Amino acid sequence: MLFEQIQQNKRKTVFVMVGFFALVLVIGAALGYLFMRNLISGIVVAAVLAIIYMAIMIGNSTNVVMQMNHATEIHNAQQYPDLWHIVEDMALVARVPMPRVFIVADDSPNAFATGNDPEHAAVAVTTGIMARLNREELEGVIAHEVSHIRNYDIRLQTIALALSAVISMLVNIGSNMLWWGAGRSRDDDREEGAGNIIGLIVSILLLVLGPLAASIAQMALSRNREYLADAAGVELTRNPQGLINALLKITDSEPMQTADPSSAALYIADPFKGLSRSGAHLFDSHPPIEARVAKLKAM
Amino acid sequence: MLWLIVIIILLVVGAVVFYISTYNNMVKSRNWTDEAWSQIDVQLKRRNDLIPNLVSTVKGYAKHEQDTLEKVIKMRNQLVATPADNRQATMAVSNQLTDSLKSIFALSESYPDLKADAEFTKLMEELTNTENKIAYARQLFNSSATRYNNQIQTFPGNILAGAHNFQKTAYLETPVEEKSAPKVSFE
Repeated sequence: MLFEQIQQNKRKTVFVMVGFFALVLVIGAALGYLFMRNLISGIVVAAVLAIIYMAIMIGNSTNVVMQMNHATEIHNAQQYPDLWHIVEDMALVARVPMPRVFIVADDSPNAFATGNDPEHAAVAVTTGIMARLNREELEGVIAHEVSHIRNYDIRLQTIALALSAVISMLVNIGSNMLWWGAGRSRDDDREEGAGNIIGLIVSILLLVLGPLAASIAQMALSRNREYLADAAGVELTRNPQGLINALLKITDSEPMQTADPSSAALYIADPFKGLSRSGAHLFDSHPPIEARVAKLKAM
Repeated sequence: MLWLIVIIILLVVGAVVFYISTYNNMVKSRNWTDEAWSQIDVQLKRRNDLIPNLVSTVKGYAKHEQDTLEKVIKMRNQLVATPADNRQATMAVSNQLTDSLKSIFALSESYPDLKADAEFTKLMEELTNTENKIAYARQLFNSSATRYNNQIQTFPGNILAGAHNFQKTAYLETPVEEKSAPKVSFE
């Protein structure tokens, strides 16, 4: 059952990633059409931007993400021996190198992992999670995070983060240029007729809907990966109850103060407790806790 | 005639490639199990080093618990004397040592001064850490051994394993107590 889940997750992930990159290109095309009357050059500019941005993010993601979430690194077992030892244990059994360990000073219990690959990975936990969870529960949480590292979810999330940043950058450029009336003069539009107006409307629509689609894609990616990391984490600890209790305790607490909104998808549970929830689950970064607990109980 | 030769050559090349990659995979898997065992060994040695400190700390507070302490010392010395390459015997002694260490930890409940001692608290965390690492390294060993055993016992790997004398690796028994499902508690 776990194996099937992993397979299904991998397929979905490929779909979402391809769709994500296509979205960047389509928005590039819309920009190119609006301002240069040329789809191809827009696509090329968008692709080059996306690749440069991804390269920068992948090279430096850990430090950027940790800074955005106000995390401080600890370098040895002295300050938080139990946390340090648990991370060591989970890295041992998952056969990944010891990741860097960070602490976020926040009373709300939560945790996340980030990085590029298992050799350059980091986990962060809040001071709240260490105060509230016992060893078994903390093991469940760290096992979940180390599974993200081992499954390369951290790289996927880094790329997704970079792509949505590129999309919002493109859209920003586009709306600024529209606002200031840059691009071709209006005379051209009149001469080229009705077909062009449709093109214009479609392009503007794309610019408006692009960021929306990007966040839906990013959240879908994250939701799938959470189930997988839950299952893989339990395979490491052999103790579903630890993670179940941890998830219940995490849900049953106040939202985080220091979390960065664009990193919400990285956390083990939604750091903002779905405060912006509108009834639809399209924008949720995490599956509902009840569904995760039900899956864990079935293991 | 020509294509027949081509097919024969391709088959031979395919067989050689298959042979080499299967052999290398078996060696790799066997090395993974050895590496997992060395992880256990490191932790066993670490625990052996910690126990004298623990005993001398506990002695100061719990003078009437000589039996418990002596049992731990006895187990520890027995473990040191067991040759490390005898994995089954080593783990059997180690499991007994784990049990007697638990009884020392339980002692702290009846000696509040001991429980409050900074050195004892530190040793508790260190020993809990090594116990957990032993358990996780054993889990890693068993999953590596399963992988290796599957490779050398399934067809056609078993033919190659027989020719090169790849031996089945025995699993490390998990103590009975740890096998039981964790208690469910609804608070």
